[in-house]
Amino acid sequence: MKIKLSEDQIEISRQARRFFEKECPMNYVREMFEGQRGFKDEVWAKMVEMGWTAILLPEAYGGLEMGLVDLCVLFEEMGRSVIPGPLFSTVLLGSETVKALGNEAQKEKYLPSMAAGELRGTLALSEPDSGPDPDYVQMEARGDENGFLLNGTKLFVPDAHTADFLIVAARTTPGEDPAHGISLFVLDTGASGLSVSLLGTMDGTRKLCAVDFRDVVVTREDMLGDRDQGWKFLDKVLQRACVALCAENVGGAQKCMEMATQYAKERVQFDQPIGAFQAVKHRCAQMFLEVESSRSMLYWAAWAQDQGDPLEAALSASAAKAFCSETYKSVACAAVQVLAGTGFTWEHDLHFYLKRAKANEVALGDPAYHREEIVRMIEGEREPGPLWGTKQG
Amino acid sequence: MDFRFTEEQEAFRRGFLSWLEETLSEIRGTDTPRTFESMEEWEQAARDFQRRLFKAGYASRHYPKEYGGQGRTMEEELIVSETISATCPEFKRPLGVTFGLVAPTILTCGTEEQKREYLPNIIDGTHIWCQGFSEPNAGSDVVNVATRAERKGDYYSVNGQKVWTSFAHMADYCVLVVRTNPDVPKHKGLSYLLVDMKTPGVEVRPIVQITGDREFNEMFFEDVKVPVNMLVGEEGQGWVIAITTLMFERAMGDATIGRMQFKAVERMFEMARRIKRAGRPAIKDPRTRQQLGQAYIETMALRCHGYRHLSHMLEGGLPGPEGSIGKLLWSETGQRSNELAMQLQGPFSQLMKDSPWAVDEGRWQYAFLRSKGFTIEAGTSEIQRNIIGERVLGLPKDAARVKRA
Repeated sequence: MKIKLSEDQIEISRQARRFFEKECPMNYVREMFEGQRGFKDEVWAKMVEMGWTAILLPEAYGGLEMGLVDLCVLFEEMGRSVIPGPLFSTVLLGSETVKALGNEAQKEKYLPSMAAGELRGTLALSEPDSGPDPDYVQMEARGDENGFLLNGTKLFVPDAHTADFLIVAARTTPGEDPAHGISLFVLDTGASGLSVSLLGTMDGTRKLCAVDFRDVVVTREDMLGDRDQGWKFLDKVLQRACVALCAENVGGAQKCMEMATQYAKERVQFDQPIGAFQAVKHRCAQMFLEVESSRSMLYWAAWAQDQGDPLEAALSASAAKAFCSETYKSVACAAVQVLAGTGFTWEHDLHFYLKRAKANEVALGDPAYHREEIVRMIEGEREPGPLWGTKQG
Repeated sequence: MDFRFTEEQEAFRRGFLSWLEETLSEIRGTDTPRTFESMEEWEQAARDFQRRLFKAGYASRHYPKEYGGQGRTMEEELIVSETISATCPEFKRPLGVTFGLVAPTILTCGTEEQKREYLPNIIDGTHIWCQGFSEPNAGSDVVNVATRAERKGDYYSVNGQKVWTSFAHMADYCVLVVRTNPDVPKHKGLSYLLVDMKTPGVEVRPIVQITGDREFNEMFFEDVKVPVNMLVGEEGQGWVIAITTLMFERAMGDATIGRMQFKAVERMFEMARRIKRAGRPAIKDPRTRQQLGQAYIETMALRCHGYRHLSHMLEGGLPGPEGSIGKLLWSETGQRSNELAMQLQGPFSQLMKDSPWAVDEGRWQYAFLRSKGFTIEAGTSEIQRNIIGERVLGLPKDAARVKRA
């Protein structure tokens, strides 16, 4: 038992913090929040140079073949600085899905270019009727062995407006059971009949899109994995993406706590710093409790993806997603209260954190969804999914 | 990063578990957990269980051999205490203070003579200890201790009163925080004594608690003579010794409590499969599922944090005020779990153990009431949050406490 980061991991974290302080200060975040695109090409190029698009990919495809714990160290720093841009979507949703389901030709086509930052991809999953359940997929892919026609709307697709391709989950066999009937297709965002529009979301640091499909044609070659069997592997991709979001949540919550405590030491009312009052002090102590226990959960979930058994990996991903999401939201809200009038302004940075916390809370299953998943797994009502990670191949 | 025990440690766990199962079939049969008719019976069972652990070589594995331990690793000790807390915590509870607080204090701060005199008798189950910290006017404000110890030649004369002393009625010895110097700032005038409970002038009066049990007591000291070689550390170091040792053993305790509470969550899932809501098993009810899922999540957070903190200590890290998180986590999570166990039972949650309709012989009712003490004992939640706020986050003390210091 050894629950701590290695020297190499601590170095990843240091490098990332230095990078973000230099390349993505808060005025950059503000500009991206208010703009449509969400990132600048020169910043993206520098992130690629850092190797961040290659972390999880196998060496054979130009990747660094590192573990999810390593990635989480980076994502904790990303969360700490509410970094905008498509790194999350292209790495955790795009390349991870191709890596999990793609055949050799598909991997060759996408992965080396993604590792090199030349191609970006994302995942279109949620639908108007899904609510918070990522596994509720009803969009139809109608057709036969020669090709399929896609019709319908996908919502909350991260960074689709700047992605080169997207992976869409659709039903090749009707039904309600996600374990059977869902297939995945990979297609260019410029495909005929496909239109992408930006959603006006609260959190401007991660752009979400609506994607409309009108008789979009895909062929058998565009299918990722086996027909009707997509969910099993996608489930695993989503577990890993959830854990990466947990890392963002922990980093963001940590920063909120630091802002609140700093303010509580400086702001004087009734002739003493407000942090001397227990009403404020205990609020800050509660933030510390939530942040540190969330970090412990994050380490467990990240480690379990790399090393644990399938059930532990799935359970810990859901547990951490629910727990760390609620921590980020509650810590951000508490920080607004400590900063009071100042925390309520547009001028202070705190609101970007609160908004990211709200976005992360509902991304890839809200806490209620994950609580239900946990009970389903414990009661044996659902399979935890196969295990694959860097260590097990 | 590794949340696993080694293969060797897992083999040790299997060995211990099979010993434990065999022992339990002998001493409690199918009565799980075993219930005790009287305090005397409980005390005897606890001492007997500790003796068996010792004889089999499973007592205080991480303590040096010369003091009665096995000179093994903290991990092995954790495996033993986790396994016990998930299987038969009732046998260990009267010894909680003895092993959680007294033994580490003597090991860390005691003289060589004290270690050789007292530790072996603790580890082999001969002696039970209790801890005299709180007083009527020194609760959360523990540095306000007024029990006086006056040096008179080769002994101290102790006069005063302690309260909320768990298991004092079973104890052979007690550790006592006393005031040796009333003329210096409050926290600098305290000392730490070891006291034989059979000394003339020591009186124990039980207090009936919210559960109807009498686990804790008042203790009165009237001209009690304590030899000076029973002083731990130097005169005036009592406060430092008290808080250091409190934090030292907390890491182990938190990880162990996490395992115990996880067992309770497993039992709650099991109960929800049996108990009905509107004719259907409660486990099929969406509200119940949300609550059970949350209990699982919070309890795993407690366990993960416990392991992480313990791992930090195993790597040679010093125990710090961060340990207060562990106390808050187990106490507040434990309370919420016990609250949920009541909610699952609906109106049946009112039924106590003598009712034929009581769920699981009324054990959850006892656990619920007992859990109300979690956020009070060993430093209230309010005090823990002060510690985190001031000593971890560096927030200032409030004006009243600054003035006194």
